[in-house]
Amino acid sequence: MDAGFPILTALIVVPAAGALLTLLVSQRRPEVVKLVALLASVVTGALSIWLLASFETGEAGFQFVSRHPWIEPWGISWHVGVDGISLPLVVLTGVLFPLSILGADAHHDHKAYLAWLLLLEAGVIGSFLSLDLFVFFLFFEIVLVPMYFLIGGWGYENRVYAATKFFLFTMAGSAFMLVGIVATVFIARDNGVGEITFDLVTLAERADFPLATGRWLFFAFAVAFAVKVPVFPLHTWLPDAHTQAPTAGSVILAGVLLKLGTYGLVRFGLYLFPEAAWWSRPLFLTLGVVGIVYGAVVAAMQKDLKRLVAYSSIAHLGFIILGTFAITSQALTGGVVQMVNHGLSTGALFLLVGWIYERRHTREIAELKGIQTVAPVFAAGFMVVMLSSIGVPGLNGFIGEYLILIGSFLAARWWAVVAATGVILAALYLLWAYQRVFHGEPDEDNRSFAEIKLREGAVLGVIIALIVFLGVYPKPLVERVEPSVDALIEHIERRTGETVTEPELVEEGG
Amino acid sequence: MSPFQQPAPFDGPDVAWFSLSPILVLVGAALFLLVAGALTPRWPRGLYAGVTAASAIAAGVLSMVLWDDITDSAPSTLVGDALAFDTFAMFVTIVICAALLLVALVTEDFLRREDNDGPEVYALYLVAATGGIVMGAANDLIVLFVGLETLSLALYVLAASHRRRAGSTESGIKYFILGSFSSAFLLYGIALVYGAVGSTNITTIVASFEGTTPLERNDALVLAGAALLLVGLGFKVAVAPFHVWTPDVYQGAPTPVTSFMASVGKVAAFAALLRVFVVALPFYRDDWRPVVWALALASMLVGSFLAVVQTDVKRMLAYSSINHAGFMLVGLEAAAHGAGEVDSGPGVPSVMVYLFAYAVMVIGTFAVVTLVARTGDVATDLDSYRGLAQRRPLLAVALTVLLVAQAGVPFTSGFIAKFGVIQAAVEERSYVLAVAAMVTSVVAAFLYLRIMVSTWIEVPGDDDALEQVRLPLSSGLAIAASVGFTLAVGFFPDWLIDASEVTTQFAR
Repeated sequence: MDAGFPILTALIVVPAAGALLTLLVSQRRPEVVKLVALLASVVTGALSIWLLASFETGEAGFQFVSRHPWIEPWGISWHVGVDGISLPLVVLTGVLFPLSILGADAHHDHKAYLAWLLLLEAGVIGSFLSLDLFVFFLFFEIVLVPMYFLIGGWGYENRVYAATKFFLFTMAGSAFMLVGIVATVFIARDNGVGEITFDLVTLAERADFPLATGRWLFFAFAVAFAVKVPVFPLHTWLPDAHTQAPTAGSVILAGVLLKLGTYGLVRFGLYLFPEAAWWSRPLFLTLGVVGIVYGAVVAAMQKDLKRLVAYSSIAHLGFIILGTFAITSQALTGGVVQMVNHGLSTGALFLLVGWIYERRHTREIAELKGIQTVAPVFAAGFMVVMLSSIGVPGLNGFIGEYLILIGSFLAARWWAVVAATGVILAALYLLWAYQRVFHGEPDEDNRSFAEIKLREGAVLGVIIALIVFLGVYPKPLVERVEPSVDALIEHIERRTGETVTEPELVEEGG
Repeated sequence: MSPFQQPAPFDGPDVAWFSLSPILVLVGAALFLLVAGALTPRWPRGLYAGVTAASAIAAGVLSMVLWDDITDSAPSTLVGDALAFDTFAMFVTIVICAALLLVALVTEDFLRREDNDGPEVYALYLVAATGGIVMGAANDLIVLFVGLETLSLALYVLAASHRRRAGSTESGIKYFILGSFSSAFLLYGIALVYGAVGSTNITTIVASFEGTTPLERNDALVLAGAALLLVGLGFKVAVAPFHVWTPDVYQGAPTPVTSFMASVGKVAAFAALLRVFVVALPFYRDDWRPVVWALALASMLVGSFLAVVQTDVKRMLAYSSINHAGFMLVGLEAAAHGAGEVDSGPGVPSVMVYLFAYAVMVIGTFAVVTLVARTGDVATDLDSYRGLAQRRPLLAVALTVLLVAQAGVPFTSGFIAKFGVIQAAVEERSYVLAVAAMVTSVVAAFLYLRIMVSTWIEVPGDDDALEQVRLPLSSGLAIAASVGFTLAVGFFPDWLIDASEVTTQFAR
């Protein structure tokens, strides 16, 4: 394919180099440090936009593939490529990082903070782009280190506990995945592949696992991703990590890091083990739906605004799980679209909550009151983002949830029915929270709540513009995602011999 | 043919002097240091360490040259079959020389800080390293024992070498008593094998099993001997349940000596373990493999879970070394599946990579611990690390890299090492062991996180305590080298993997 500029490698290298460069700048010049870091993330963002622009719409396969042998004795190569499923996530990452660097400052030691953020970006983009199991695992795992330090170093009161919990939970998940990866490679060698290779495409196309073996392997992978998403019973690290993380950390955690899990389930679950994924549908659909309802109910009971948003994340990610495991073209497209939407809306919510905390030094809902009166623009921004998170038509959240529900209704009717209540519950807890925080007469403490600042407004403006754009005109996103999703569904049909029930509907649901 | 039947006068075996040159260089340097050091007034600073480092480099380079000779021709044996001359032995020699070099650099600063400078410690290092090299190359169980004792006796003295600290003496005595006990086990094991086979030479032992039926073999004797050998070597390697000495001795010994034990001691004993079991006893591989399986599991569990409750960094690292030994046993278990076959599988190479990576990481880690321990070598509890990142950021960064490497985080040699071992285990279908290994590595990660939390996140307790922590040149070099190696192997492991895969061509 494109043999010119290795843009995908550049997308990984630029933030990593930016991190190093940031470290080299003198501690005494914080403004230069910030400038360098911002520049690195903006360049990465620009590269991702360029990638979006030169992406061949309508193509299902991997584009911009570059492949070089790396650890030859082990059959490992540096193999990166992008398709309709990973493209939106890469662009989301590219956009969200400069925004969160701009939108939230560290309260001390900018240099290390920004360096960790940039390293995190390199890791996340690397995970989305890798087409080699080993390389994917490297990036998937390396992400833990910067995130650990971000939470542990710049978080709130209980940060060490939260950071350690985050690290150990996720690492425990990937422990199984590592064994799973190696086992996949060796078992695949004896079942159709014939050589030792960690190459995802080769394995997915040629490996033919025995039934039970494939399921075991699938679960070894799925555990790691389920922790990362997080799927319902494995979610307990998330509220802690979110609540304790610094604002930018939360934004990135919700915006892109959790997507590593859902993306992993699509790429390394459905694609690599179609039979096992098909077989385990009831389990994951159930867990997804439980997550939706559980997340919503628990979110409604939270006293801490940030914890509320964290639990709402669990509910939203339940939708993505539902969309993924309904295994229909529309639901899966909806799932990918929803990954982007959730990244934007929840990312923005965390930014807003962070700004509230900066002003009031509390996130307790009970202590906030009547902010709408003193800061109407701030409240309006919050309102739009919140509505997008609820899934109101015309904003981006709608299109994803709609596609998921439509797509899963025929394939998994009762799960879809229960999931639909999640939309209502989301409206309930978010509107209720909005009412308590923004309505009413401000008391003494809240009267001095500062209106949105220029820089905050700019960051929020970009996100809201994207939210509205994708809500009104989702076609550019959907038409890039859909061919790859269709190809994946066909791959699953071909490998399992099952027929996927597709509703006859056009994709533009809005 | 036994020598007693020959009436002719005793002819010494042919000695290929150049093939022995790494050992000769180290022994020569040890003697030179002892004699010249005793006859001359105190040398200028750094000269004792310089001689040690130079001889380590020389021996390392010589073994690389010999490595080429071996790969060009074929592995053989030396000094009348007593020593194996193969890439496996050379790999061990190179690792030990690298470890010796790094430890010598760290010790230089340490001894002057503790006002204990002199040639003795370095001479003992050199002797111990020689013993270790002999263990790795021994093609005769008695030679193996001689190597082991050379290594151990030097280590006992080294452990007690901090003259002004009672803890050091205690550590030396403890190590000495328990170590001699384990040597007795080893020797008894050798005796039993000799009783069964009639020789202590590994080539002869293997040959005597060739083409025999179970009825013709003295299975009971050999198995009892193998069990005792495993106990004796397991003690030196520090695998559970023979690990009990490790935390105490590691904690009490002077920190650079601890790093020497954890690197050279472990490398040598593991090399011996591999050679005795994979090369000499492959006929019994189905008998000893389950035992290794259990020992691996026990070591990983003990090493990770007990490490978590420690508050002293040296003890933590001692337990973590037990965990790492468990990982290496996972590799040995994998090697057991193909022991004795022409292609013995990925087990042995994976252990070799692990040994090299671990030796360098652990020396680097203990080098930082040495510096943080300050004068007197006592500040090794977790609280001593508080605020290190603010006062000595470079040191904190180095420590962090080395700790995440030990935890097995990607882009470090630690990950490559763990991945290799897991890969070997999975290829031989030891799934349970592979999963257990990864799960314990998560528990162990908690321990490294605790040290990092102290270093990075907690604020310093009293203000000036860390001011005493200095970063002298030669220690800095050693730390930089080990960090560099750890990262370089993490990014470009090809050469190490390639080299390790050659080591399965044992001399037989």
